[in-house]
Amino acid sequence: MASDTLTPEVEAAVKSAKDKLDAHTYEIVQWHFHESTGCPFWLEKKKEFNFDPLTEVKGYDDLKKFPLFEDEWLRGGPVRRWVPQAYADKPIYVFETGGTTGIPKSRIAIDDFRTDYSLFSETLPDKYFPKGSNWLMLGPSGPRRLRLAVEHLAQVRGGISFCIDLDPRWVVKLIKRGKMDELEAYKKHCIDQAITVLTAGHDVKCMFGTPKLIESLCLGLEDKGTTLADVGITGIFSGGTEFTPQWTRYCIEELFGGGPEESGIYMTPTYGNTLMGLACSKPVTPEDGYKISYYAPQPRAVTEVVSFDDPYQSVPYGETGRVKLTTLTKEFFVPGFLERDEGEREMPYLTYPWEGVSGVRPFHGFASSTTVGVY
Amino acid sequence: MLNIPAIRWGKPYDSLEKEDVVHFRTGEPIAQLSQVGGGILKRDMRKAQSARDALLQFSPEEILEKLAVAGKLYLEADLPIGDGSQTPEAFVHAQSATTGLPEHMCRSNMQKNAFVLQNMPKILDSLTRGLDLNILARGYGKEPGRDVMLSYQVQSPVLGAVLPSNSPGVHTLWLPAVALQLGLVLKPGGKEPWTPYRIFSAMVEAGLPAEAFSLYPGAGGDVGASLLSSVDRAMVFGGQQTIDQYAGNPKVQPHGPGFSKILLADDVVDDWPQYLDLMVQSVFANSGRSCINASGIWASRHTREIAQAIAEKIGPTEIKDPTDDQAALAAFTMPGMAPAVWGMIESDLAEDGVTDYTASYGDRLVQMERCDYLKPMVVHAENPEKQVASKEYMFPFVSVVECPQEEMIQKIGYSLICTAITGNEEFARQLVNATHIDRLNIGPIPTHKVDWLQPHEGNIIEFLFRSRAYQSAPVQVAAS
Repeated sequence: MASDTLTPEVEAAVKSAKDKLDAHTYEIVQWHFHESTGCPFWLEKKKEFNFDPLTEVKGYDDLKKFPLFEDEWLRGGPVRRWVPQAYADKPIYVFETGGTTGIPKSRIAIDDFRTDYSLFSETLPDKYFPKGSNWLMLGPSGPRRLRLAVEHLAQVRGGISFCIDLDPRWVVKLIKRGKMDELEAYKKHCIDQAITVLTAGHDVKCMFGTPKLIESLCLGLEDKGTTLADVGITGIFSGGTEFTPQWTRYCIEELFGGGPEESGIYMTPTYGNTLMGLACSKPVTPEDGYKISYYAPQPRAVTEVVSFDDPYQSVPYGETGRVKLTTLTKEFFVPGFLERDEGEREMPYLTYPWEGVSGVRPFHGFASSTTVGVY
Repeated sequence: MLNIPAIRWGKPYDSLEKEDVVHFRTGEPIAQLSQVGGGILKRDMRKAQSARDALLQFSPEEILEKLAVAGKLYLEADLPIGDGSQTPEAFVHAQSATTGLPEHMCRSNMQKNAFVLQNMPKILDSLTRGLDLNILARGYGKEPGRDVMLSYQVQSPVLGAVLPSNSPGVHTLWLPAVALQLGLVLKPGGKEPWTPYRIFSAMVEAGLPAEAFSLYPGAGGDVGASLLSSVDRAMVFGGQQTIDQYAGNPKVQPHGPGFSKILLADDVVDDWPQYLDLMVQSVFANSGRSCINASGIWASRHTREIAQAIAEKIGPTEIKDPTDDQAALAAFTMPGMAPAVWGMIESDLAEDGVTDYTASYGDRLVQMERCDYLKPMVVHAENPEKQVASKEYMFPFVSVVECPQEEMIQKIGYSLICTAITGNEEFARQLVNATHIDRLNIGPIPTHKVDWLQPHEGNIIEFLFRSRAYQSAPVQVAAS
């Protein structure tokens, strides 16, 4: 059993984290299902349940009483049905995901993205993400959370963020139409803008980039006879299912020219989305085969790795299953959402005393129909 | 089990990501193949000139000699592959086990590749129409006996190729690049890494510089796309969609369905039984898997009798174990492919005026636990407008199309190979002028019979070199 391999110190931390999660779950469910604070969607949905969330959900495990969260619920409006009564007068954002075909999934947000990224900021080493330095956001903006989130991250660390826009929906359409030359031209257009920012004396030291864009940026800089380190980048955070051990190895060994001590560049993977927030990674090392293990920002969000056949059953540690997500914030409540990804269930450890997920990749049941672009 | 790394300019690269190459019937892993991303390839292409420079260290004659040795090694030697080695029999067994092609066909394809390697001087003599290879190597020069300056500029230091998993015979098309002193950048097919790796190994064992070769196994949408966008001259093998996608792209030479045909002209069609074996072989050889297999037989009359006669010959063919020397059918190893093809055929058969002459020989689609088969089919179309008249599939499948001779050339559509059996000089002259016919056979020549001393599909010389003006005059240097 997995618990046999945990040290007493980690076991104690796991129990403490679970207690905290149970208390947090109770508080969030009370909030979303109380007439004075809950959102119209959940108050309406409650009528369909054969249980009362207010009295019968006392801890995290009780969330299994809810049916699986269907992503169709997030497609189409009115979007205000997701706004908790208690926040009705607050300024509301809407963030979208998907949308290459059909109606995208939408979620409302008020401050969650700032909270998520403020917490994430605390995990970044100041040596490589120096406070006060400026940032480059090389990724999709538009209706996505990312631009505002990275901008907040820069601001919370005392810097200013430069942004390059990239429309992933157009990228996916180009790929589906086989317009690979146009795709290359569009990617180059984005990279050219990034290089212009990085070489314009703005003291940019940190950046966000997707794996493919980081790769293209490094190659673009090499074409101009320079490198990411030469233009001053020391800290990178990146994310996505394309963030694989092999890509990380190639990136660190060849594009950066070595690990942080050698190249001066530190890169941290993240796994996140509009629904969850941002899961951090255990440090990635060559000794560990560049294995990437993500840990959700508990108790605000929880990831589980569940059986492909039974989404209410976790797989044993080390085994493969589908990623199931639960979001527990006062702005947004998502119990048991089956992600489009699969991976291996990872053991808790002292920094993150709850289960994690490694080897995240598109769920094999969807893989053949998923188009992966530059984003 | 073999562990096969990627090859980056001759150096093995063991990726953290590996794919099992499995036996198509048992699912047993035969090898683990390193998978690399397109970024690695793109970055490596910055050193492409070094690959050509390495080959330019040798004269064309020296390379031709080494290629001949490589051909012999490829055919006969125990050659290294990944962390192991492979005898010729092990190679044949592995190739058959992962592609579904019967072993005797794998042996036959091996002979083709070896023949090309061993006869490269003659093949290049044909492809260049007798040009001195040193002129291509140097970029300019005069041929003996002619006071005319010739200049050919190479268009890329390397030739790239995105290779398929199902047709081991296509490798003959890119082999001449090495003799022309261009490096090779290959993306092997996921199920057929065997041929490119064995040829690489044979070439290195024969003394050619390893740094001239790169092999990048990986996902087609990533590595394949990166190869085609970052190499200045590349071949890609695929279906009609691939052909359409790269049509008009001067950097890419797409190879896809051949839509090869046999035309029985009016002056010979009454004697059609005389050509029955030729027609059967053209449809049936190599399990109908090649672009040079006939997918259409066109005649103005006797078409139903022709269809009936061919169906009698190939309709009863049974599925046999791939190790059986009598095995004539190749498996479809990609899940869902054979049923999808069958679905398209069923749709074509539903059209009025279309008759399946193999219907009485049992079910054509045979689904097994890990692979599927499609048994040979002969379909008659009463006119060229029927959808089936323009179809080609990756198994022995032919449409026998009734069409007046005067409409044939206009209506056959693109044909990689066109065998026109005729003694009618006027008809032959019209065929010579038809620009939608690539390789033309006049007379009773099977479509799959390749004359190595003729230009092949998409002449590689025209693809890799540009003829240009070159003038030089002595420069007077001031005495110091």
